[in-house]
Amino acid sequence: MVEIQTFLGRVDVRLYVIARDMAHYQQLYRDRILALPHIAELEALMTVATLKNDESLPL
Amino acid sequence: MMDLDTTDRALLREMARDAGRSAAALGEAVGLSQPATWRRLRRLREAGILAGQRVDLDAQALGFGVTVFLGVKLATKGRVSLEDFERAVTAIPEVQLVEHVLGLYDYRLRVVARDLADFERVLRRRIMTLPGVGDVEANVLLSDERRPGPI
Repeated sequence: MVEIQTFLGRVDVRLYVIARDMAHYQQLYRDRILALPHIAELEALMTVATLKNDESLPL
Repeated sequence: MMDLDTTDRALLREMARDAGRSAAALGEAVGLSQPATWRRLRRLREAGILAGQRVDLDAQALGFGVTVFLGVKLATKGRVSLEDFERAVTAIPEVQLVEHVLGLYDYRLRVVARDLADFERVLRRRIMTLPGVGDVEANVLLSDERRPGPI
């Protein structure tokens, strides 16, 4: 678990998870994520490519 | 991939937390001498594991009080429209992060703005006018906790 964010909007919480491969992800998803309390709905986005990651500000 | 021992991992965790320290200070944190730390850092740099260093800007202190994550779906898909969209979206200064994702959306963006009025300006003038843009979902960031992860 690399990042935990909370939001105002349709999504309440976003968990940024990194895994070694899909089997590892499946194990994390089943054993750790689905086991978390208070989850009504889960939605996964898989990052295919990061095209820009620039934390500078438009100063 | 390079084999990492527990000291390498400890060093990476320390670097991820604060990379602005000297090799002596980093070494002290993981129980290494300054030359040994320096050698390990050089090896990690050469292996491309330490890919770079950045400063951590306090967006709030600089007057950027709003961070919004956008889920964007493209209206028309095809090679040309993807490239046009990607070129245009990565050029927007307020857009810090552009990820091509698999799931409910095609792209995920992190947008910074001074306040909600400023965000509305960015959304209307910059985002909604992007070539090929379809549905856009906005979630306003309330809190953000970064963790070291499984290093």
